[in-house]
Amino acid sequence: MTNWAPLILTLKLALITTFILLILSIPVAFWLSRTKSRIKPIIETIVTMPLVLPPTVLGFYFLLAFSPNNSFGAWLDNTFGLQLLFSFTGLVIASVIYSLPFMVQPIQSGLKNLSPSLAEAAYLMGKSKWETLRHVQLPNIKASVITGIVLSFAHTVGEFGVVLMIGGNIPGQTKVASIAIYDEVEAMNYSAAHFYSFVLFAITFCILLSVYSLNNRHFKGLWR
Amino acid sequence: MINITLQKRLNSAKGEMLLDIQFKVANGEFIALYGPSGAGKTSTLKMIAGLLKPDNGLLKVSEQTWFDQSAKVNLSAQKRNIGFVFQDYALFPNMTVLENLKFASQNAPNLISELITIMELGSLKDVLPSQLSGGQQQRVALARAAVQQPNILLLDEPLSAVDNLLRSKLQDYILQIHERFKFTTIMISHDQKEILKMANRCIILNNGKITTDGPPTDVFFTDLITTTDKLEAKIIHIAINSENAVLTIELQNSLIRTQVSLAKAATLNIGDRISLQASL
Repeated sequence: MTNWAPLILTLKLALITTFILLILSIPVAFWLSRTKSRIKPIIETIVTMPLVLPPTVLGFYFLLAFSPNNSFGAWLDNTFGLQLLFSFTGLVIASVIYSLPFMVQPIQSGLKNLSPSLAEAAYLMGKSKWETLRHVQLPNIKASVITGIVLSFAHTVGEFGVVLMIGGNIPGQTKVASIAIYDEVEAMNYSAAHFYSFVLFAITFCILLSVYSLNNRHFKGLWR
Repeated sequence: MINITLQKRLNSAKGEMLLDIQFKVANGEFIALYGPSGAGKTSTLKMIAGLLKPDNGLLKVSEQTWFDQSAKVNLSAQKRNIGFVFQDYALFPNMTVLENLKFASQNAPNLISELITIMELGSLKDVLPSQLSGGQQQRVALARAAVQQPNILLLDEPLSAVDNLLRSKLQDYILQIHERFKFTTIMISHDQKEILKMANRCIILNNGKITTDGPPTDVFFTDLITTTDKLEAKIIHIAINSENAVLTIELQNSLIRTQVSLAKAATLNIGDRISLQASL
């Protein structure tokens, strides 16, 4: 009997994470693309760090931070009744931070490559920064936004180390597909491991293939 | 009336430069800003528009203060109602021609259709900017700036990227807009003929300072030519025919052809400097 739960949980985690990242990354990328502030390098470093840090390092610090034995974890528990360790909410928060650079960087470079006169022209028409972002800047960097969405989604699907450290292995709660594969292999249950692996493989292939075909058509349209 | 006194430290290719300008503009004037690149022309326009914050100074537009460093006033670009034609036109690539105009002003359908007629954009209304030629984009940019019914119309070298024939047509479009709406206009230009044709006043900027300010005819021609003056010219080409010779000579950046006798031509070489006598 095949168990779809880990796969469904993976997709749910990836969808929610990607959605939150999109909302969160647009203002961050907008600020980074135009600021001349001295703290910009610091913020850029923090945003990019999940790209190079081993996921276990990130997971380890989440483990410490979320633990009810520590002050931050205890404060969360006492004030909001939130127990993030070994919970789906905890996974979402960790995933958002873990995949942050994959959403911020494409949007930031898209905004940066846009001619500054476009935004200036809109400002001179009396449009606010938000109206300009919504009607002028974002529609003209669609390809970058889609790239950010796809990369964040795929990266969250492929997440393993962080989940292992703070999510544990609770079926239906934190047992995502990548963990399930590891679990089944440990139990020498190769057919189940193969099932999860193949589905992940197929999904990832299809997503990336459709994005690349779409992008190619998009660029051809521009050249014509 | 616009009162402009602005200072700004700029980093140019030649190092730091102090842009320090002061001039007044009467309503409805058409001013040309002329000068070498890096003189501070674009920065001047951007400071007037509120896109670049001056270090010091005062900018008043008909009794309304737009910038005053001592009183910490700096009206945002959104509130100045400036029409700006950028060097790269800055048309929004995601909007059609009509949508570009509508984005500049939602509540002016009559004005939009009038401008579409003046600028002859009727057949291009539903086309995206990427499908337009340079001259067409230029017309859209100009129409879009005019739709706003701006306090001041600023043109940053609008005609630098188009060829001569088109240039002359586009100059006529700009003049038509100026005739029709009487916008106070400041235009950056590198072309003396263009300035003579269009502007009623020319300000020459050099290294961040205003060096000359006056009617274009006075600014560009400091000396009147009289019959006793000799004009220096240079021989570029000599063509020998059976009965005479044709000289091509360069006189103040223009080429002139003139006929001389074969005997005279034999004494001349390409590159020689000759003087011409004006007979008026």
